[in-house]
Amino acid sequence: MRDARSRVRRPIGLRLWLSGGWITLLIIGAVLAPLIAPHDPLYQDLFAGRMPPVWVDGADPNFLLGTDSLGRDVLSRILYGARLALTVALVAGTLTCLIGATLGLIAGYYRGWVDMVISRLVDIWMAFPPVLFAILLIAVLGTGLTSIIIAIVVIDWTRFARVVRAEAMTQGTMDYVASAQVVGRTKAGTMFAEILPNVLPTIVALLTLEMGIAVIVEAILSFVNLSISTDAPTWGGMIAEGRTSVHQAWWVLVFPLITLFLTVLSFSQLGEGLKDYFDPVLR
Amino acid sequence: MSGMIYEIRDLRLSFPDMAHKPVFGAAPQIEVLKGLSFDVPKGEVLGIVGGSGSGKSTLGRAMIRLLEPDSGTIRFEGTDITHADEPALRPLRRRFQMIFQDPMSSLNPRRRVGGIIAGPLRLQGVQDTSAKVLEALDMVGLPRSFAARYPHELSGGQRQRVGIARAIALRPDFILADEIVSGLDVSSQAQVLNLLEELVRELGLTLAFISHDLSVIRRLCSRIIVMYRGEIVENAPTAQVFDAPQADYTRELLQAIPLPDPDQIWA
Ligand SMILES: Nc1ncnc2c1ncn2[C@@H]1O[C@H](COP(=O)(O)OP(=O)(O)O)[C@@H](O)[C@H]1O
Ligand SMILES: [Mg+2]
Repeated sequence: MRDARSRVRRPIGLRLWLSGGWITLLIIGAVLAPLIAPHDPLYQDLFAGRMPPVWVDGADPNFLLGTDSLGRDVLSRILYGARLALTVALVAGTLTCLIGATLGLIAGYYRGWVDMVISRLVDIWMAFPPVLFAILLIAVLGTGLTSIIIAIVVIDWTRFARVVRAEAMTQGTMDYVASAQVVGRTKAGTMFAEILPNVLPTIVALLTLEMGIAVIVEAILSFVNLSISTDAPTWGGMIAEGRTSVHQAWWVLVFPLITLFLTVLSFSQLGEGLKDYFDPVLR
Repeated sequence: MSGMIYEIRDLRLSFPDMAHKPVFGAAPQIEVLKGLSFDVPKGEVLGIVGGSGSGKSTLGRAMIRLLEPDSGTIRFEGTDITHADEPALRPLRRRFQMIFQDPMSSLNPRRRVGGIIAGPLRLQGVQDTSAKVLEALDMVGLPRSFAARYPHELSGGQRQRVGIARAIALRPDFILADEIVSGLDVSSQAQVLNLLEELVRELGLTLAFISHDLSVIRRLCSRIIVMYRGEIVENAPTAQVFDAPQADYTRELLQAIPLPDPDQIWA
């Protein structure tokens, strides 16, 4: 018996290819940075300052994307900057997701007083303006990688909690949940085996979105010099420096900016793409 | 043993009325089941009929203890399950099953048909689940290859067959079917009803069949309970309900049935 509803193999969409490709490239670059970076990202050569990228007249072929005003190689700094950006994205994204999604799932499925407590907490939390919250937290915790991650988690878990709670609540009213109860599945078992798989695509989309947000937050904090205090290269720091000399050396600003833009865009597109791809129901 | 699957006495159940909840304090209760008493003998096909909102689903869900009654007693094969908690109910759960109205929302969209039917078997510790799944698919007349499909790849009638397969896979003694054909087109309705009739005979099932459609009930059921606003207004064998209805409400319902055969008008 074959009919129109039989399985169609879904092609992996273009946006999944592009966004996944860029993120993969970035991860490889970040992991292998010590091996593939053409120069030491911190090495200053004041005589090779503000060299343009290779395709511009007067360039040094040793510096593919040119150098900044202190003669540091822009490409190498972007590669090393990717390490920090991706670490923050991965750690902060995952922690935010774990905390927020767990609380949201429990609130949405168990309802009752648990839901009341968690929802109130989310409401109160979201009353604080996030930027102020972030700066306040950094002021208290001090700068540094851990502080950035904590700040992101503390501010953004509510996004997961809210969305996942709503989704879990919708799923909880479905008859397949009642049918699990009819055959004697425990409440917790139902939450993990029945509800979670249905909420997972949403969680994945939120997670990659959150990773993009983490990259932006890290860049902003580096931009205002509240990120890590050493002179390790960061995209935000590079953008801040590049901004001051944009008329003499546009490449110092433009390349990290493009990298940041593509990364954030890719993370959000990756989430949407994965959500579609893993959904067995063609919506 | 009394030969009764269910003995139900003075069953009462109410829901909080959130629409009239005061800002402080508890919401007032709306009584949905107002003291129902009836028995279900083994092997009977019981029809439960009544208008929308009369409490049919609530009664059904109380019988299989998806809901806990406020008072009264529900005995299942002699065991009082009125207020039994989940751990106490778990061993009994394989013996009373349910088929749901909406076959889309009652099948987890992320599981394949095989997994949906196997779930109850695994939970109840049944060995050799895959053979049992195929057997269940055979019994409801679905090709075995459907085990690898997702619910959205099936038609409404096929989905409802999966719901039936899940319910019978555990070989329960009692099945509650809540409006299971109201979402289907007429030809699938007939097929699903035929299948259900067949299974009841072959497996010796006791069935409670909830519907608002008396013509469907008439075909399938040996006894009919008519509900009106949370009360039983009539409880009699099918023939008697159709030939000599006692309650006014039953007469009203009967008048609302379209005549099954237009020739009868001229007879
Ligand atoms: N979970 C619930 N909370 C509050 N009221 C409910 C709930 N379930 C059902 N009711 C109410 O109980 C009444 C009976 O509902 P139901 O048993 O579904 O009727 P039927 O299945 O006969 O159409 C309706 O008035 C309905 O609004
Ligand atoms: Mg109903």
